[in-house]
Amino acid sequence: MADAGVVDTLLQRIEKADDGVDSINVANSLGVDHQVIVGAVKSLIALGDVITAELRSSKHWELTGEGREIAEQGSHEARVFYSIPSEGLAQSDLMKLSFGKVGFSKAMSNKWIKVDKTSEGGPMVFRAVEEDLKDLVRAKLLQIQGAKVQLEEKDKNELKKRKLLSEVTVKSYWISKGSAFSTTITKQETELTPEMISSGSWKEKKFKPYNFEALGVAPDSGHLHPLLKVRTQFRQIFLEMGFTEMPTNNFIESSFWNFDSLFQPQQHPARDQHDTFFLSDPAYKYNWKIEEAQKNILRTHTTAVSARMLYKLAQQAEFKPVKYFSIDRVFRNETLDATHLAEFHQIEGVVADRGLTLGDLMGILHQFFTKLGITKLRFKPAYNPYTEPSMEVFSYHEGLKKWVEVGNSGVFRPEMLLPMGLPEDVSVIAWGLSLERPTMIKYGINNIRELVGHKVNLQMVYDSPICRLGS
Amino acid sequence: MPTVSVKRDLLFQALGETYTDEEFDEMCFEFGLELDEITTEKEQISREQGDGKASGASEAVLYKIDVPANRYDLLCLEGLARGLQVFTNKMDAPRYQRVSPASGEPQRLIVTQETAAVRPHAVAAVLRNISFTPERYDSFIELQEKLHQNVCRKRTLVAIGTHDLDSISGPFTYTAKAPAEIRFKPLNQTKESTAVELMSLYKTDSHLRHYLHIIEDQPAYPVIYDSNGVVLSMPPIINGDHSKISLKTKNVFIECTATDLTKAKIVLDMMVTMFSEYCAMAFTVEEVEVVCPDGSSCMYPELAYRTESVSSDFINRQVGIKESSESISRLLTKMCLRSWVTGTGDQIQVEIPPTRSDVIHACDIMEDAAMAYGFNNIPRTTPRTYTVAHQFIKFIKFPLNKLTELLRQDLAAAGFTEALNFALCSQEDISDKLRKKISETKAAHIANPKTAEFQVARTTLLPGLLKTIAANRKMPLPLKLFEISDVVLKDETKDVGAKNSRRLCAVYYHKSPGFEVIHGLLDRAMQLLEVKPARGEGYHIQAADDSTFFPGRCAEVMVRGQSVGHLGVLHPDVISRFELTMPCSALEIDLEPFL
Repeated sequence: MADAGVVDTLLQRIEKADDGVDSINVANSLGVDHQVIVGAVKSLIALGDVITAELRSSKHWELTGEGREIAEQGSHEARVFYSIPSEGLAQSDLMKLSFGKVGFSKAMSNKWIKVDKTSEGGPMVFRAVEEDLKDLVRAKLLQIQGAKVQLEEKDKNELKKRKLLSEVTVKSYWISKGSAFSTTITKQETELTPEMISSGSWKEKKFKPYNFEALGVAPDSGHLHPLLKVRTQFRQIFLEMGFTEMPTNNFIESSFWNFDSLFQPQQHPARDQHDTFFLSDPAYKYNWKIEEAQKNILRTHTTAVSARMLYKLAQQAEFKPVKYFSIDRVFRNETLDATHLAEFHQIEGVVADRGLTLGDLMGILHQFFTKLGITKLRFKPAYNPYTEPSMEVFSYHEGLKKWVEVGNSGVFRPEMLLPMGLPEDVSVIAWGLSLERPTMIKYGINNIRELVGHKVNLQMVYDSPICRLGS
Repeated sequence: MPTVSVKRDLLFQALGETYTDEEFDEMCFEFGLELDEITTEKEQISREQGDGKASGASEAVLYKIDVPANRYDLLCLEGLARGLQVFTNKMDAPRYQRVSPASGEPQRLIVTQETAAVRPHAVAAVLRNISFTPERYDSFIELQEKLHQNVCRKRTLVAIGTHDLDSISGPFTYTAKAPAEIRFKPLNQTKESTAVELMSLYKTDSHLRHYLHIIEDQPAYPVIYDSNGVVLSMPPIINGDHSKISLKTKNVFIECTATDLTKAKIVLDMMVTMFSEYCAMAFTVEEVEVVCPDGSSCMYPELAYRTESVSSDFINRQVGIKESSESISRLLTKMCLRSWVTGTGDQIQVEIPPTRSDVIHACDIMEDAAMAYGFNNIPRTTPRTYTVAHQFIKFIKFPLNKLTELLRQDLAAAGFTEALNFALCSQEDISDKLRKKISETKAAHIANPKTAEFQVARTTLLPGLLKTIAANRKMPLPLKLFEISDVVLKDETKDVGAKNSRRLCAVYYHKSPGFEVIHGLLDRAMQLLEVKPARGEGYHIQAADDSTFFPGRCAEVMVRGQSVGHLGVLHPDVISRFELTMPCSALEIDLEPFL
């Protein structure tokens, strides 16, 4: 808040003035710094319509530091002249003076002084004119400083070139009465208090306006992880579609459920060391005859869980149709890059019922992807050991203007279902996709390490919006 | 998925039509192929080895096409062109025929008992009066390589050898001999060497060294001789130089040696069906008699056609279409599965050619019908399956994820931020860095980790959270993090010897330890889980010793008399070992007791 005394004085000046006052004039007449008046103007503006203040700017010429020195003590050349006694001065001594160098050359060109290079002990400088010389430079500067007499352009430019003069712009306010002008102002309150409410004093008070341009104070909050926010939405979509969640809390799986039950022969490339994490401890639980099937691994897909659940379903007294889903981690011993990690989350949907068709699979995929906001789908024949037919799901990417793969799907092979004991007329359709890819697209993340794992950028977690898929 | 690289113009010539890239891509998509890349030899070399090496390389356009892993019949230009020609009704699928030689005396390959221990099977065939061009020859070599990498499982299951029949004379003998006794001039070498010398020579060969392990430790190596003792090949490593084929070769002797006879037959069938097109009598293959050690003999290649019977009703029901039997037979015929309506009911006879070893069940035939119909022409329907969704399967009753979903929302509401860390980590993370011995951890160990980051499955969530803090030290304090996820512990009662355990872990990292903050979070979690603070039926904490925590600053969380985890101020050594500098308190409990 500006000094109350200055504010009062300013208001009185404004009241007396017919038209208004200039802030610089007020400052000069009060003998205070202009900035003090500016402060008073700003605090009055903040009160509303007490005053109006119009910003004006004016230009005028002002002496520079060097210019002021000359106005006071004479031009360098004149000072050189007066420094030289009648017996002369050694040039080297003259040059030691602060104004010596500049003054010497100017005085030489004015022909006020002369040099005798023949004297003993180095060149000597002597006066070349009578005592009374005309220091025009100083005179012109004094003119500007004092009486504000206008100089000719030519003179001004000459002095400007010598850096003795500069043009300055002065900003000032033209202050006049506002619609709610008053010489007495009420102090503004910053906040409403319980006392004001109980006493009713708020009715008489004026309140300082808020600055709505500023940001608020960030709440002290916890945050959910973006990938898991997307997981929640996928879970929600499955539940909306009538799918029940499978328990997937078994990262370590036997090769039997991960491969054999899914019709992946023991020579299948996926069973190679370089794609799968094998366990050394706990390693084998059974004898060597079925060694390969009983090798423990980190599951390479959640379809191993689906297989276990379908087997359990087949063991129920009576077959009842089911729709199952799961979203959990799977592991691949693969080469890592910006979009691939050794573990990722797989989303899987499975429907088991009598008489399901390939058209049903495409229909249900259409419904699922529509909920994600993806409506343009097409299907490409593909190969997968445990599904026949197998289809890759492509969606049209409006940004890239091309079809991109968004998932895999298929009908489980009878070689997989019949040994589990499911009735012969039961078909099982299924599809899968990764959770990371849609999340990276949704939150605009290019490097998967910034999303998953300890190298996560917590600021990104703090800043990530809620996850609304499809709308 | 194998990728086949073909010259676009040669392919279009074989297809008898030119397409735009888009048109060709579209046709591939419908046929289950993917036009992965359009490039040139020059572009490829310049990308892989730099512009300098690329000058003078061919600028002919190459199509790189991804082929499904079970379609060995599409691994070369000949097969691709044939498949697409039949698919687009431009030609009928050829009939492959095994024929006897004009002389009436087939070539013979005699397999001796010695091969039984190392590589017991062999099959062979002859391509008679073949005309090679440079392109055909390259494709012939390339197909062998593609088969070696895929169905042959890098030559472990099957290895292919091709020879100029006019440079050798039958009968041929497939046997196994001690490496020192095998001596010949191998392909593209100038002098004779013993097998022992060759194995050591090829140790540094960028291509062949990958196959040495297949026979290296065997006392006897497989070898094929002609009747004059000329070495044809030492499978699965290298052929002899003497019988090598060239552009001028007219008659090709093909042998496949194998540890898997079925795969050997498939591979031989693929080689001859693809290239018999260029024989004087197109699509005929001259038979070879293979005599087994027990004296029995078989004629190869098999080139077996088998017939399956399917009903159009089955196909219509599975696919979700309503096509007539005639229409379905036409669709299947487009897929090289020649089919005809029998007239009995809605039965269709389907002939599976030797090129389609991927067809093993009626569902494979159904898929081909669906592909020929066009996946994207099938009406998309909604299954009538009526189900009520649950957040857990009723006959398993395990609402763990439901509990997790609900709890994590409220922990975030309590001011903690959710982290998501890897289930795999280094041994050090769960032992040394936490001041524990690895033997105490019940950790499951990975046998084949590529790096230390994947040595074990985590047994605690704490290291992940501490590493998350370390990676985010520039963030304003305090850092309050939590994670609800699974750890893995060895458990003898499970079929795989290990089980997951769902944990809740939280850390508070600030200038003062903040035990009361972490304790407060435990109280809040218990309130959410409806457990009251009380001994006996409720929860309480009691002083405990744990080497991960600062002495005197660790407590055990007791719920209904059972320990479910710990909380406390971390030991300064633990803090330093995770490259942290501030005091830190932590909580980790099991969630499954609260189900």
